[in-house]
Amino acid sequence: MLNEVMFYLFALVILVFSVMTVITRRILRAAVYLLFVLVSTAGLYFMLSYNFLAAVQLTVYAGGIVVLVIFSILLTSHLSERAAMASMKESLLSALATVAGAALTLMTILRYGFTPNQGADPHYTITDVGTALVSYKRDGYALPFEVVSILLLAAMIGAIVVAKKERTLKK
Amino acid sequence: MIQNIPLSYFLTISTLMFFLGIYGFLTRRNLITMLMSVELILNSVNINFVAFNKYLYPQQLQGHFFILIIIAVAAAEAAVAIAIIINIYRNFKSIDVENVDEMKY
Repeated sequence: MLNEVMFYLFALVILVFSVMTVITRRILRAAVYLLFVLVSTAGLYFMLSYNFLAAVQLTVYAGGIVVLVIFSILLTSHLSERAAMASMKESLLSALATVAGAALTLMTILRYGFTPNQGADPHYTITDVGTALVSYKRDGYALPFEVVSILLLAAMIGAIVVAKKERTLKK
Repeated sequence: MIQNIPLSYFLTISTLMFFLGIYGFLTRRNLITMLMSVELILNSVNINFVAFNKYLYPQQLQGHFFILIIIAVAAAEAAVAIAIIINIYRNFKSIDVENVDEMKY
């Protein structure tokens, strides 16, 4: 009972604040609404007892990316500034396209009867996930882990190089 | 899984979130808000992975690692995108997509 109430609450928060994120004209508020969406998504992960993913979601998404976005908003726009929106015709056409896409997808999903797996749920702990993440044996995920580490390193160096001020070129 | 909550509820939430992200991406004119729409889209995909893993294959760990890697890619993408946006702001004094047409043929 309580689980259901919590699920509907999280679902409501996610949907309402997703809408607010895409329609509000104040950019900083959009970032804060996005934060609410990400935090309630972490709540959904907690409800499914995926604690590790929920923690990662909270630290990386809600803690890292949103702060990065807020910093860049403060660097690039004035707080009183309202975001420019598409013209009426463009908004209508986009709304039409997205509603059609959503309707098609929802129809497919709701018609397809998913049969949930009735087998035992092992309830993996953080230790299990972490061990599998760096294991190079069977069912280990060391290779994708390393690949994504390289990607993060490259992205970090790239971001520093791109955002660096080029003093020599200006002169 | 959650008692009395079928898989399709999760899929409905993530579908709506995905298409809201697409709507934002199509209508927004500010680069940072477009980036936030992309984050919405990536996040909705993560909900799908979690729900499928929990409801259909609870013995597997694949869902976890897909999400971890998607989150890492999203973080990398956000960092690079924001670096580019700040550079664009330096050169054009604006981050609206309409003003950035220097390289347009």
